[in-house]
Amino acid sequence: MIRTPLRPLARILDARAKGQNPDVIERENIAIRHEEMRDRARARAALRLRVLGLSFFMAFIVIGARMGTLAATEPTEPRSSGGATEITAQRSDILDRQGRILATNMLTYSLYAQPNDMVDPVHAATELAAIFPELDPAALERRFTDGRSFLWVRKVLSPEQMQRVHEIGDPGLYFGPREMRLYPNGTLAAHVLGGAAFGVEGVDSAEVIGTAGLEKELDARLRDPAQSSTPVTLSIDLTLQANVEEVLAAGMRMMNAKGAAAILMDVHTGEILSLASLPSFDPNDRPANPTEGEPSDSPLFNRAVQGVYELGSTFKIFAVAQAMDLGLVNTETLVDTNAPMRWGKYKISEWDNHNYGPTMSVTDIIAKSSNVGSAHIGLMIGGERQRAFLGTLGLLSAPQIELVEAANAKALVPNNWSDIVTITASYGHGISSSPLNLAAAYATIANGGTKVTPTLLHSKTRQKGVRVLSERVALACVAMLRRVVTEGTATLANVPGYAVAGKTGTAEKPRKGGGYDGDKVINTFASIFPANDPKYVLIVTLDEPVETSGPKPRRTAGWTAVPVAAEIIRRIGPLMGLRPQIESANLNGLTAVSAPDVND
Amino acid sequence: MRPVLYILSFLAVLASAFWAYRENYATQAQLKHVAGLHDEIATLRENIALQRAEWAYLNRPDRLRDLATINFDRLGLLPMEPMQFGYTNQIAYPAPPELRITGTIETMGSLNPADVVNADPEEQTP
Repeated sequence: MIRTPLRPLARILDARAKGQNPDVIERENIAIRHEEMRDRARARAALRLRVLGLSFFMAFIVIGARMGTLAATEPTEPRSSGGATEITAQRSDILDRQGRILATNMLTYSLYAQPNDMVDPVHAATELAAIFPELDPAALERRFTDGRSFLWVRKVLSPEQMQRVHEIGDPGLYFGPREMRLYPNGTLAAHVLGGAAFGVEGVDSAEVIGTAGLEKELDARLRDPAQSSTPVTLSIDLTLQANVEEVLAAGMRMMNAKGAAAILMDVHTGEILSLASLPSFDPNDRPANPTEGEPSDSPLFNRAVQGVYELGSTFKIFAVAQAMDLGLVNTETLVDTNAPMRWGKYKISEWDNHNYGPTMSVTDIIAKSSNVGSAHIGLMIGGERQRAFLGTLGLLSAPQIELVEAANAKALVPNNWSDIVTITASYGHGISSSPLNLAAAYATIANGGTKVTPTLLHSKTRQKGVRVLSERVALACVAMLRRVVTEGTATLANVPGYAVAGKTGTAEKPRKGGGYDGDKVINTFASIFPANDPKYVLIVTLDEPVETSGPKPRRTAGWTAVPVAAEIIRRIGPLMGLRPQIESANLNGLTAVSAPDVND
Repeated sequence: MRPVLYILSFLAVLASAFWAYRENYATQAQLKHVAGLHDEIATLRENIALQRAEWAYLNRPDRLRDLATINFDRLGLLPMEPMQFGYTNQIAYPAPPELRITGTIETMGSLNPADVVNADPEEQTP
């Protein structure tokens, strides 16, 4: 680099010679040099700015291009994700307590049409109507040709039907995959399961939603994608359910009843092993809700849970249990049973206008089912305490169970608990409750006096409910109920080997206009077995039964519900692994009073 | 020295580019394979679900009861009664199989005990 001197000698000498100031020359040169330096710096800065601008431009172009491709391409699932726990079904299976399938899903196809793509709509419509008889060819043809671009033809197809639709060969007919809810056991446990239907439907999938029963109550759980591969295990046992339903159906036919219900419940865990209501329906093809007539006459009506009935004499044991728990009576206390009893304008009489004599022991009141005796015991307790006790047993509220219908089955209880209500309630009239509530209340007596909440979900733990009765009273009550079977109103329930204890209940149906209908009864048998170590409660309810083998029709529970319950116990006892007790020698002091020879 | 370094680093870049190219395609091939496997698993799962449903349908209590009724005599069935409970020690062990004597068995012996001891045991078995 050539350095330009700031004070070039020639010019300095020249300036000195002329008498000028040589410093001016130096300053002039300095100024020139600074100007050059400034030009260079400006050029460099301009270049840098250009490079920076270019790189920013490139970066924006790259980002823009990427955004463009992302927006333009079809979205795809990231491939490497999704491990072994892929969603297999959109709705969990429902299993019974032994792992047998009660409800599962099946892949099938729906049929839809896009008439714009159709070659020969008239031909397709006639062919489709030949495959599916419920379709009207004329209506289908009209819908194919009225200009719409999309329509559903059928929600589900069988593989054979799908093949036949393929064979029509019309390009405008399309199939969409569908997951269908399947109940392989048909009508079995239909009222427990309820049913399912398609919710929002798309071409590629449709959501399956529960429409009734457990499917609706547990809908959120069953549809939870995180738990879809974990089945819901119910407390229901398929074998027991099948046997209970078979015997109950036969019993219903023989007793000419229009409906029947049975509940089998574990007294310690509260698990419902079987819950049957007849007539039944097929949840695979759930009928539409009835729009006219009595809803309780529809097969969809769950008599065991929704049915709210006056359960009759089965309530007497509650009055006796409470009176004993309060120390008002013991098993041998004599109570006034002079019938008919008058209370104000009301007359309380025994069944068939019997009179069991002036006094009876508490045990006999239960065994003979004396209304008057129970009424006197109820009056000893008093309305306030009786109401509280029945409330604690859960008889005055809607049943608590994992069924969507349960919440609406509120017990019918009079608002004003007057003395006459106390009297009628002590023998099970005037208040109506669900048979499921009765099962839970009997389970409380059977398990030694602690409250049990019925459940349909399988659990292996005993419930630790609040104590309602002392253990001594509960034991004595079971012994009294055993007496009902050995020498009282339910002798037909004496199943050899299974010490059955129970109480019959016959309640006349209230008429629409008021009063009671003598020919229409609800017969209930609430039983506990085996009596020496209660494990199960079985409630059998028959709606309007009549037993016609004798000279005159019999409508008491002892002749209708009791033999049905006995046959159920005889059938399911071995299935539950209950060994028949040949001897009943090792009974304790309390039950020894009624120690029967169970082998007779 | 410098040119050698340049060449070496250039070769290294080439090698790693080649490696990355291969890895990319190998990974894509594996991803495709995994996707295929997932599809297969899904199909198999669907089939299993369908077969479980069919199994449950074929084992529905109604059908089993009908089948048992039809074949009641042929299979020598008995109605299930509570009194059929037994204890395991009431069940007899299976009878030991009978000895099968088919051919003749020759037995030969000597009166001299010393010969018996010395005899080859394999010769005595038939």
